[in-house]
Amino acid sequence: MKVSDIKEKLNLTCAAGEGGLDRELEGCYIGDLMSLAMTGVHEDMVWITIQTNINVTAVASLADAACVVIADRAVPDEATVKKANELELPLLTTEMTAYETAKALAALGI
Amino acid sequence: MDNAIKLHYNVDGEDFTLAGTTSATVKKYLKTLGLPPDVIRRTAIAMYEAEINMVIHADGGVIDVEITPEKIHIVLKDRGPGIPDVEKAMQEGYSTASNEIRELGFGAGMGLPNIKTCSDEMKVDTVIGEGTTMDLVINIK
Ligand SMILES: Nc1ncnc2c1ncn2[C@@H]1O[C@H](COP(=O)(O)OP(=O)(O)O)[C@@H](O)[C@H]1O
Ligand SMILES: [Mg+2]
Repeated sequence: MKVSDIKEKLNLTCAAGEGGLDRELEGCYIGDLMSLAMTGVHEDMVWITIQTNINVTAVASLADAACVVIADRAVPDEATVKKANELELPLLTTEMTAYETAKALAALGI
Repeated sequence: MDNAIKLHYNVDGEDFTLAGTTSATVKKYLKTLGLPPDVIRRTAIAMYEAEINMVIHADGGVIDVEITPEKIHIVLKDRGPGIPDVEKAMQEGYSTASNEIRELGFGAGMGLPNIKTCSDEMKVDTVIGEGTTMDLVINIK
């Protein structure tokens, strides 16, 4: 499954990093603490969080996440959007909670 | 060792938005060297946590990285306040981070434990009022 597939199926909005939509993904981590995400997010995973500051892009790229889903109507900061575009790291926003997002991902077999 | 690769970086303590930049640069570089993914991942995590600590707790500093065929050696030196009780600071969950920093997702108190888990050697030299030097080794083989 690709990042673009979950974007379509879950009706997520791509706020940044469109260049990375073609990437394959596998697995998911949910959390808002950087130190835990740093070890919990593995290569190609979806990371669901409500953090919106630029450090999200640093952690996601260091941990090699396929994309970040920003749940609960949170909106990424301007600096975060800029950096994610540079990194081609998709930031997908949604009105769903982290739990609803995870359930929908699980239903897709992720 | 003569075939060692040496890298040097300054870490800005003022600009929180730049925190992690050095770790990202080094990670990218290690990838181009074709090192094992596990070595790259451990280096990235350890270095990121140490770099973030430099910014959050110590107002920046300098990082030296030396890469040989056997290991990656990272020395992070800051002129921050020092760590009064290293043993306590190493405990999972211990943090003196402000609420403002916590709102950004830091201050879980897992940085030093993460560094310990990800490195093969970890030395902390700290003097109150003078600063902290962290010496990390990640073995390649
Ligand atoms: N470079 C440093 N200079 C001064 N104090 C530090 C430094 N690194 C860590 N500390 C202290 O050790 C504590 C634990 O660090 P860490 O495990 O990374 O947790 P956190 O950064 O989430 O607080 C910090 O809250 C801080 O009090
Ligand atoms: Mg820390």
